[in-house]
Amino acid sequence: MSSVLSSAIAQGLLWSILAIGIYVTYRLLNISDLTSEGSFTLGAAVTAFSIVAGVPPILAVLLAALCGALAGTVTGLLHTKMHIPSLLAGILSMTGLYSVNLRVMGKANIPLNQVDTILSNLKDLLHLARDRGAAIPLGILAVALVIGLLVWFFNTEFGYAIVACGNNDHMIIANGVSSDKLKIAGFAIANALIALSGSLVCQYNGYADVQMGIGAIVVGLASVIIGEVFAKDKSFVFVLLSIVLGSVIYRLIVAFVINTSIVSANDMKLFTAVLVALAIWFTDLSQRKGGKKHA
Amino acid sequence: MLEIKGLCKTFNPGTINEKKVFEDLSLTLNSGDFVTVIGGNGAGKSTLLNMIAGTYPFDKGQLLLDGKDITKLKEYERAAFMGHVFQDPLLGTCSNLSIAENLSIARRKGKRRTLRRGITEAEREEYRALLAPLGLGLEERLTEKVGLLSGGQRQALTLLMATLVRPQLLLLDEHTAALDPKTAQIVLDLTNELVQRDQLTTLMITHNMRDALKTGNRLIMMSEGKIILDINGEAKKQATVSDLLALFEQNNASLDDKMLLG
Repeated sequence: MSSVLSSAIAQGLLWSILAIGIYVTYRLLNISDLTSEGSFTLGAAVTAFSIVAGVPPILAVLLAALCGALAGTVTGLLHTKMHIPSLLAGILSMTGLYSVNLRVMGKANIPLNQVDTILSNLKDLLHLARDRGAAIPLGILAVALVIGLLVWFFNTEFGYAIVACGNNDHMIIANGVSSDKLKIAGFAIANALIALSGSLVCQYNGYADVQMGIGAIVVGLASVIIGEVFAKDKSFVFVLLSIVLGSVIYRLIVAFVINTSIVSANDMKLFTAVLVALAIWFTDLSQRKGGKKHA
Repeated sequence: MLEIKGLCKTFNPGTINEKKVFEDLSLTLNSGDFVTVIGGNGAGKSTLLNMIAGTYPFDKGQLLLDGKDITKLKEYERAAFMGHVFQDPLLGTCSNLSIAENLSIARRKGKRRTLRRGITEAEREEYRALLAPLGLGLEERLTEKVGLLSGGQRQALTLLMATLVRPQLLLLDEHTAALDPKTAQIVLDLTNELVQRDQLTTLMITHNMRDALKTGNRLIMMSEGKIILDINGEAKKQATVSDLLALFEQNNASLDDKMLLG
């Protein structure tokens, strides 16, 4: 396998956890949560700081996810208890997190060259030659764990209630559940996943950077939308697997357009934004054509 | 038994849009009462129902349900012992979940949502038996998403869900108004059946005078936030649509077309 291809697949897997987090808020809760831009970096910042401070990488990863959940909880509280519109609540969290991330890292960039990471741990375990060789196995393992957990969780009583709340909060309130509590939980879960993704991506990249979350939500949306092409009206587990596939396809597209110099690396964010805008537009057009009404 | 005592509510107080909806409204529903509520637009029917449900707070007054003061409870807390069916058939059910999953959410009303499995095999059997008598074929479609059902089917399902755990009070907010006449009749028949089976204390708002007269044991007419007619038993049985219309005229109540057609 060429290195371009394997790096696209590895990145697709590691970033797919971000995409799954975006899916939880964007599709299940019906909210565009911009906290992700900050919580992705937060995951990286917490991981880099902890690893450099000597915390075992696996614990650093879990700590990152926990901090992401906290960030999501803050957005959830801003939205439900302080009645700030969800989009603005996300922007406030994202902006605040920029300073938090700088505080955590103490500087704008922390390299992870001379330290053990979860990749080097896994490389030793699997007797591989290079750290990066462990990226695909790590991605598969992490994705399998995340999907397994989510499929279990969203089939519990609490999980059903979250799905119902995102679809229609009148219904869940009429059935005696606080919609605020469910929304906060949804924000927390989504941002825990996004921070987890940030943690893994920074270890793959070999550094954490305070700017690395910029555009994260659009990358996640691109993966979700590409994935949904394969997942029309399918079961939850299939939808999640499709998002992972969408994330890998997105990375392959990026690798293709950069390697063939169709798009310069500097224009990548613009390219992705246009891609997402067009994809959402086409989805809407095809739904109108099909006369489908979504309640 | 539901007791509403001295209810006051003003929307937008202190502005040019200020609207006094209720000034000292009191009403008692006896246990097992099935009350139909009619009145023109702006009479305060829906506002009253929403205040009982807890959707809006009120300025003054007290709500007692079976002797318990529920004035300070939030909407979701009150929902633990109330059933609420909305006018819009899309609001009472979740379109992304299956029929069985929707019912399982209603089955756990008033209970904490835990990390136990959302639905058990035994429940599926129970729901199949519950849906079969409706004659809508829903018992064969337990795993289908509710988004695929028609408005009437969804409203029938909402009714089942609202009464799955026996509510101390059932609130029906023009729940047949958005349906075609035939489906509306099916849903109304189901309503009667469920209310009678469980002897539910029920408050039903309707635009349809004929439905209001032939349904339930008590009828209330509202105008400008006041109860202008409250009849039950024989008096209600004797009343006709033209009696109600005459009373409307007397009170200069605003009539809307739908009601005249009803």
